[in-house]
Amino acid sequence: MLSTAVVVAMGAIVNLNHPAHTVDWSFIHMSVANVVVIGLMLVVFVLAILLPFPGAARRRGGGGS
Amino acid sequence: MSSAPPKTRPGSWTVRVREAGVAALPPEKLLPDGQPTYVASWIYVFGVASIASLVVIVASGSILALKGPAWWHYTGVGHFFNSIHMWAVELFFFVMVVHLWGKYWMAAWRGGRARVWMTGAVTFLVAVPTALTGYVSQQNFDAQWIATQAKDGLNSVGVGAFFNVTNFGQMYSYHVLLLPMAVIGLVTAHVLLVRRHGVVPPFELEER
Repeated sequence: MLSTAVVVAMGAIVNLNHPAHTVDWSFIHMSVANVVVIGLMLVVFVLAILLPFPGAARRRGGGGS
Repeated sequence: MSSAPPKTRPGSWTVRVREAGVAALPPEKLLPDGQPTYVASWIYVFGVASIASLVVIVASGSILALKGPAWWHYTGVGHFFNSIHMWAVELFFFVMVVHLWGKYWMAAWRGGRARVWMTGAVTFLVAVPTALTGYVSQQNFDAQWIATQAKDGLNSVGVGAFFNVTNFGQMYSYHVLLLPMAVIGLVTAHVLLVRRHGVVPPFELEER
């Protein structure tokens, strides 16, 4: 089991001892945690399209299989 | 003993299944040497990332199933494997959603790939109750709260008579056997269909 000191230290970083904060927009009612995850998925999706893949230019140039 | 190859019996069901299998998915398609150059993009990584997450989920879930609720609640190692299982599920859904977005926007059902798309979409839909039955099988207050909330939601859409999310035994067997078998079966079919039809190419750019 975690010691009291560790529990207090972790609680100081992320205090979960309260009802979830929510985002309300018309009928949409979501916890902030879920909104953050959806935002991260959008960021990763855009980066996956924009960032160059290692070795992609060499393969397109006929250097690979 | 004779070294001559056995005679093929055309009427045998095993021969028919073998010939149909090889015709549908010849070995060079099942295990190819390489992939087209357009696959060298980060957006094509999320399918295999979903499979990698699923492997971790199944492996950690098997260990949790072997040891049981007291172990995952009251021991440090049990907590660790419980966390591995939960965070692998979070990662699974994260990368699967990005994979779904990527395939939707490149219309991955093109070129006779409708079944590839459908098996992928249905996998996502089946994965949702697989995760839900896991959340209600934790054997803690969190599970009780989620189960009672889910019960109200499921009753409101008229499916509450068919199963009981507050019944641990029923939900646990759904979670560790029925739904994972469905997910694994669908993923296997999905991957074999991708092998058969090839990875969907991106749209061609118009000449200007």
